[in-house]
Amino acid sequence: MLDHTPQEIRERSAVKINPVNICQPIGAAFAAAGLRNCMPHSHGSQGCSSYLRTQLTRHYREPVMGTSSSFSEDTAVFGGGGNLKQAIRNIIAIYKPEVIAVHTTCVAETIGDDVRSIIDAMEKSGDIPEEVAVIAASTPSYVGTHILGYARMVESMVNAFATADEDTKKQRINVIPGFNAEPGDIREIKRILALMQIDFILFPDTSDAFGAPLTGTAGLYPEGGTTIDELRQTGGSRATFVICRDSGELAAAALERKCGVPAVLLPTPVGIADTDTFIMKLAEITGSTVPVELETERGRLVDMMHDAHPHFHGKRVAIAGDPDIVSGMTSLAVGLGMEPVHILSGTRSAAFERESARLLQDFPRANAVNGGDLFTLHQLIKNEPVDLLLGNSHCKYIARAEDLPLIRIGFPISDRANLHQFPVMGYAGAARMVERIGNTLLDRLDRDAPEERYELLL
Amino acid sequence: MSETKQEIAELCRLRDEIVESYPEKVGRNRKRHLLVKGCDAQPAIDANSRTLPGIITTRGCAFAGCKGVVLGPIKDIVNLVHGPVGCSYYSWLTRRNFARPSDSGKNFLQYCATTDMQESDIVFGGEKKLMQALREVKETLDPEAIAISATCPVGLIGDDIASVARDAEAELGIKVFAANCEGYKGVSQSVGHHIACNTLMENVVGTEAPDKTTDFDLNIFGEYNIGGDLWNIRPLLERIGYNVISTYTGDASIHDIARAPAAKLTLLMCHRSINYATQMFWDKYRLPWLKVNYIGFEQTAQSLREIAAFFGDDGLAARTEQVIATEMERIQPELEHYRRRLTGKRIILFVGGSRAHHFQHLCEELGMEIIMAGYEFAHRDDYEGRQVLDEIKDSGLSKVVKDLQFELEAGFKPRLSEAEVSAKQAELEHLMKYEGMIGDMSQGAFIVDDLNHYETGIAIRRLKPDVFCSGIKDKYVVEKMGVPSRQLHSYDYSGPYTGFEGAITFARDIDMAVSTPTIRFMTPPWRQADQDNESVNGKEAAHA
Repeated sequence: MLDHTPQEIRERSAVKINPVNICQPIGAAFAAAGLRNCMPHSHGSQGCSSYLRTQLTRHYREPVMGTSSSFSEDTAVFGGGGNLKQAIRNIIAIYKPEVIAVHTTCVAETIGDDVRSIIDAMEKSGDIPEEVAVIAASTPSYVGTHILGYARMVESMVNAFATADEDTKKQRINVIPGFNAEPGDIREIKRILALMQIDFILFPDTSDAFGAPLTGTAGLYPEGGTTIDELRQTGGSRATFVICRDSGELAAAALERKCGVPAVLLPTPVGIADTDTFIMKLAEITGSTVPVELETERGRLVDMMHDAHPHFHGKRVAIAGDPDIVSGMTSLAVGLGMEPVHILSGTRSAAFERESARLLQDFPRANAVNGGDLFTLHQLIKNEPVDLLLGNSHCKYIARAEDLPLIRIGFPISDRANLHQFPVMGYAGAARMVERIGNTLLDRLDRDAPEERYELLL
Repeated sequence: MSETKQEIAELCRLRDEIVESYPEKVGRNRKRHLLVKGCDAQPAIDANSRTLPGIITTRGCAFAGCKGVVLGPIKDIVNLVHGPVGCSYYSWLTRRNFARPSDSGKNFLQYCATTDMQESDIVFGGEKKLMQALREVKETLDPEAIAISATCPVGLIGDDIASVARDAEAELGIKVFAANCEGYKGVSQSVGHHIACNTLMENVVGTEAPDKTTDFDLNIFGEYNIGGDLWNIRPLLERIGYNVISTYTGDASIHDIARAPAAKLTLLMCHRSINYATQMFWDKYRLPWLKVNYIGFEQTAQSLREIAAFFGDDGLAARTEQVIATEMERIQPELEHYRRRLTGKRIILFVGGSRAHHFQHLCEELGMEIIMAGYEFAHRDDYEGRQVLDEIKDSGLSKVVKDLQFELEAGFKPRLSEAEVSAKQAELEHLMKYEGMIGDMSQGAFIVDDLNHYETGIAIRRLKPDVFCSGIKDKYVVEKMGVPSRQLHSYDYSGPYTGFEGAITFARDIDMAVSTPTIRFMTPPWRQADQDNESVNGKEAAHA
């Protein structure tokens, strides 16, 4: 297993090996799928759309729609305008969407297609009927990662729809969940907001598209998703809460600029401490009080953490993935008394830099890698071993090579079913992680125990 | 299945209905890709032409065909992808190509290596970074060779990856070769297969000779060891007495591919992706190929018999019969069990450039009825047989990569003379011949090229299959409509489906799909009455 990975770490400046990040288009298409009756469109070669749909499908085991401008050589030479026009006309005629969300790709950006002006011209000429909105985000694969792709597509939703509304500044808040908020997380955040009686608009709401029920009657577009009307009203909300900073910051800043809605940027609410921060801020901004149900839930979580703390305390952990989820999981691990040894974000991120400094202040020997790959993580683990690994399915090879238990978190998880349906965020998510991590460590203890020390009581 | 005239007429009407429900231009285009056998006087299908922009297709790109399909499974090389991170990432371990370490102890399939191009590389060119990446790959991983695959921007910014490969080969002392498989080339992944075959032919094939040859030397081509498919076949061939020189490219070593011209016969499984290679092997080495099919127990038996007939050796023929008898006896009880359960089940096959044909036989062997079949990226010869090759007009779009022309290599001594091969051709049905899928299908069969999401929905509602076999992008679309679906690209993490045992594994999986209790809970008891009243039209309206 990964037999060719040497322990000795040599600097690499040109080759990335075993990445833990993807490119922008998948983030953009994912975000677009959170709008009601929206067709994500990939302006580029067919492979971009095909690959990203495949990747999302493998993770969610749900239908993932998407169209492509189907570039060919002559498109690459003469420009993709003709293909985009043809695509938009076909999408409107055949798939009857309310929104078409166009993202670009490396090929379209390299040849310099001006997607916005092509769309504007189509709108002017009546090629795009009024009842269809076409939005666009510039998402070349050679800039940023899938996280930026999500961020830019959500930003384009704000730019296209959000409308300032001075008269109706409400108690209502906006919530941008982010690339790492799974359907289970989004439903958990909505539950917390409902318990606190806070009115909200959550966008883009990917929880229905990627967590749809099996009824046998599904159509082209999944039920649910954020509506254009809701997006318009985001401009009249009291504040915008960003759940995953790296994927929501741009849109929240755009809302602040465009409509004067202040952005609230907090750590991702993973683990008790950062969920506390989230709840306190919600209460502060909306004037809502924390209901007794939530307090009891929190108390139960503390009880679970304390009851199980001997299983965690001092255990050495490595965590890899997207910046917000790695920071969140680090916070959760620290709260359980574990020792973060290596934390690695595939996406380079200023927020990750700050968060890791904050979370690792009591762990001066810990490695925080900002913008690294799994090859590096594996080498770090070979040099400074850990007891546990948290990461996506690609981490299973490191886990097997080094005989480590792996807790699957983040994206993609292509070798286990249904994890995305359950939260890792909020008190409920923390409780679930406490159960998963604690019992995984105990399973390992049992597996490794000699017969005479194999115990009924642990 | 043999449909009545009336049923065929109904299918014709359905086809016309689909065509007419499109915008006019799209309808005109799609009409050429939809065929009901027995409906038109002159059945011909349009294939390997551009998918209209904006249509939800399952097709991929040239890169996916080249690196993803053909070069990706070669185990002892590092596939370095020159481009932004996504293409390398998406093609990393996602086709379930299994491999054991090569003789040199190497297997790099678990590694994904990319130059991860950034904006500055696009602006200033990526050649320097590529050269440095090649050095780092050699230093860090020490592979037997490095294959460079290009993604879209590489061709556009003018990076000369072939020249970087030459420089790197001189500097690093290992084989380095480059494939210009930019994603925008061609109309699907198909052109990528062609590019990969050309690249291997120009850089690898024929550069080494095997340590030993025998009288019964074979190549196993167009078999990618997905889910272990090769490992159901290769041991059978070895039990019979063949010596496998090279696979191409499942579980393949780059050295074996280099030695492949030494074989006496090449077995060709996936006609679509590898017929370029077998043609070039014939031109350059007079090495003949035999179209085989390992999907289905009768098909496997027939292929094994035909291989033995090619060699014309009594020992081989006897051992072939022994192997077939032993294997058939082994699977018989389970085979009967599944036949009873699957007989009469109606199936749709939409997969690959060869698989929709390969799997038809197995489905029929199990008693199932194929009501619709089609390919995602095949050419007309995969539908209609190689006899149409001369007819296929090379359009600028469908033929962006030219066939390489070779003469018989000077000094190369073919294992068989042309006259000997011709004589065998007269006896063997599948020697250097492929008849395509349509000929094997019954009257009334619905054949669809480049099936899209819209037509899938119609097929599900109107033809009401018991199971729909396709790929991952279709799978949950179909299941959400209440019809079970199995993936025939990656076998839903199951397989292998080849050979005698594989037939049973496939039967078990299809049986599981059609008999799982889970899907029966779809409609809650309090909705049962509504469902009985709901008309098919109502459902269609909701879908549109």
